[in-house]
Amino acid sequence: MIPALLTLLGAQLAGETLTRATGLPLPGPVLGMLILIAGFAVFPGLVAIVRPLAQGILGNLSLLFVPAGTGVVGHLGTLAGYGPALAVVLVVSTVLAIGAGALAFTAVAKLMKMEPEA
Amino acid sequence: MTDFAEIWSYLARGPLLWLTATLVAYAVGDACFRAAGRKPWANPVLIAVALLAGLLWLTDTPYPTYFEGAQFVHFLLGPATVALALPLWDNLPHVRRAALPLLAALVTGSVVAAASAVAIARAFGITGEVLASLAPKSATAPVALGISERLGGSPTLTAVLVILTGIIGAICTTPLLNALGIRDWRARGFATGVAAHGIGTARAFQVHPVAGAFAGLGMGLNAVLTAFVAPLVLRLFQ
Repeated sequence: MIPALLTLLGAQLAGETLTRATGLPLPGPVLGMLILIAGFAVFPGLVAIVRPLAQGILGNLSLLFVPAGTGVVGHLGTLAGYGPALAVVLVVSTVLAIGAGALAFTAVAKLMKMEPEA
Repeated sequence: MTDFAEIWSYLARGPLLWLTATLVAYAVGDACFRAAGRKPWANPVLIAVALLAGLLWLTDTPYPTYFEGAQFVHFLLGPATVALALPLWDNLPHVRRAALPLLAALVTGSVVAAASAVAIARAFGITGEVLASLAPKSATAPVALGISERLGGSPTLTAVLVILTGIIGAICTTPLLNALGIRDWRARGFATGVAAHGIGTARAFQVHPVAGAFAGLGMGLNAVLTAFVAPLVLRLFQ
């Protein structure tokens, strides 16, 4: 537990420090994730150390959105004002993104003559 | 004997009450989600947020007071983002085999998600903080909040938009991809994860295990790409 926690926090700390130091447009934890993947490649033993804690956190990922989501109480005015427009934005952009992404995958897979996994 | 009002005013000021309330609200939301047969519209986060918002309103508690307790949960978003390295690592052989189609789907999905959202919002006259809060809405919440903050958006508004995007994606993806005639589980899952992050990924796992693994991969990769795409798209439309 402690080595796993140290690994995650250490990677996050390294990510935060590096993004601040270099001015990269990445959030610190995202760079921390890339650093951890590099860590897995260099020290394959790390994967087994991190796995139980990482699976525990990721298995309850939804819970972590609740405090920020509750911040909606401060935005009820915004949501009421822009409600219908925001609904159209979210539905149309999400449908377009899923459709375009899936079509791009199948188009390139077909070009490369890859067998579909259906 | 101390009366209830005194006990309440003591508890309402400390973190214990609101931390506990956050976990209780989520437990209730999760129970509803299971009872509804894990249907995407019965999202546990949405239920928990509605319960807590109602409770804060009833008890006249300001959000910063609530957040003093809830911050212990909120803090874990950072380590959770780092932990996404694990599913990405596990799927690395898949990534190597289908690298080019995955890259095409990732870039297309990520750019279309951010650009269409910002363009349509702009057409409706949405600008400033709300527009910046929309740009990263397809990325997984911990990452989207970080991007939104950097772009001058509101992280709490982004949190709500991210959750709604996930729910919309989870509801739409199966009928949409059936209508488009796309049968490859990798394409279906990956596109869903890119556009609808963890909530879409949870939905993909219900449909097919390969779709689920690729959705998790799409979510993780788009978390990285959105950090670059969202600021560019926003600059283009501002």
